[in-house]
Amino acid sequence: MGKVGIIGVGQSAFVRGYPGSIRELAFDGFKECMQDAAITTKDIDASIICSAPEYDKQRSAAGVFAEYLGLVPQPTFYLESLCSSSSMGLRTAYSLVKSGLHDVVAVIGFQKMSEISSAESQERMGRGADIQWESPFGTMMPAYYAMYARAHMAAYGTTPDDLALIRVKAATYGQINEKAVYRKGVTFEMFSDPESPMSNPVASPLRVGDCCANADGSSCVIVANEEKAKAFCKKPVWILGLGAASTAVNLPGRDLFTGLTVAQQAGEQAYRMAGVTAKDIDVAEVHDCFTIAEMMAYENLGFAKPGEGKELIKSKETYKEGSIPVNVDGGLLSKGHPIGATGGSQIRTIVLQLRGEAGEMQVKDPEIGLVHNIGGVGLYGNVSILGR
Amino acid sequence: MGKKKKEVDDRFKKFGTVSFTSITKVNDFIDYLEKGKVMASKCKDCGLVFFPPRADCYQCLTSNMEWIEVSGTGKLVSYSKLEFAPVGFGDDLPYAIALLDYGDYKVFGRIADGVPEEEIAVGMDMKTVANELPNGQLNYVFQKA
Repeated sequence: MGKVGIIGVGQSAFVRGYPGSIRELAFDGFKECMQDAAITTKDIDASIICSAPEYDKQRSAAGVFAEYLGLVPQPTFYLESLCSSSSMGLRTAYSLVKSGLHDVVAVIGFQKMSEISSAESQERMGRGADIQWESPFGTMMPAYYAMYARAHMAAYGTTPDDLALIRVKAATYGQINEKAVYRKGVTFEMFSDPESPMSNPVASPLRVGDCCANADGSSCVIVANEEKAKAFCKKPVWILGLGAASTAVNLPGRDLFTGLTVAQQAGEQAYRMAGVTAKDIDVAEVHDCFTIAEMMAYENLGFAKPGEGKELIKSKETYKEGSIPVNVDGGLLSKGHPIGATGGSQIRTIVLQLRGEAGEMQVKDPEIGLVHNIGGVGLYGNVSILGR
Repeated sequence: MGKKKKEVDDRFKKFGTVSFTSITKVNDFIDYLEKGKVMASKCKDCGLVFFPPRADCYQCLTSNMEWIEVSGTGKLVSYSKLEFAPVGFGDDLPYAIALLDYGDYKVFGRIADGVPEEEIAVGMDMKTVANELPNGQLNYVFQKA
């Protein structure tokens, strides 16, 4: 069995209030990806449509998209693992290609979060938790991640200031990413300025500046077997390692609150499959839905020892010029987080980095990149390692 | 002759400010709450204790459960005070969600409204107490031990 490669990547701009329907939104990411891959729709053997369906009014968007994008009569299906849907899509595409069932598969992620109000959106996000036992207490995503932040602070002396530094980094790169929803700079001082919205409490100890921006967006990744990848693409990026894990949806079913077990486990699997270690990673995209999530990712992926993530950001090692650049496209915090599209967008960033096509965001000559994509509050974890 | 209406046991709709579940095999949890007791379930076959309570044991593949009371004190693992709430919970603001570790099991819930935030610290001992909400719904809260 040969290798499996990525031959095309694309994404829409991530925006507030996309002025079009979901099929039109999907077209934007698909178009960029198809132009990148320089193939025709006839070359694609199947499509996987990735999203969190609670935001959709359309039932089973897969069929609608396949028709709109010219991907009929090929098979298409819908795939969901909350915010990690399109990384799970990559994993599924890999297995479809590796098995020999298909040669070329498109992974299309999307979310039009503005179809519903922000309050309704929060209600649905809360229902990403255990609706029988936890949602009746009035839970929501920021509050769960805030509990991890509080536990991390209690165990390791991490401070809200340490977390603010992660947002400042994200905004540094959000400003130079034309696809990002939040293009403004964020300074450390804003977090202590009562006049700045960044300092407003959301769920203690997290503030507005610690939380990612909701957005509408789409992404697309095209995966091919080795023969087709080499035939179609001058610079295929190979899928070297994949890891995935799950845990209890409710917090009482878990034992670790200073990190995410799914990230540790998915990371270990991906490193083992790729035959590399954390030290070999030249550039990474991690799931920074909240600043604490990036801090935990440093530690769960082995970029830092447990409790020492704060040293990485304080010393700017995760900036573009540092030893392990992380989220140099603005991350979820500034680029935005259209749930089903996020994994595909992270994969796009790493593919562009490995090809040397990331423009102003380009890290110096990376050979191996990593994508860490989490669904729910550490409920699902996917880690993908890609190489030239 | 009209058809006799089938009775639906939807007691669980009373759980929490807003309940998203009405029918479950562990509906007796609500009856206990009404009596002021917070209960976990224990598998009679293997002895595994579950909180939240459940009807079925994945280890034994049996449904041979008994109720045990959540008693004594647990240690506060973490908490967060919310300044924004999901739809339907706005009137409760501000409130704090939290997790207690009882050793054999953990309990997720809310910290009692009367506990001042400056007195809350990770690692402190707290107890779980049944609680009636202003809208007549039932939940449980954590109080200082």
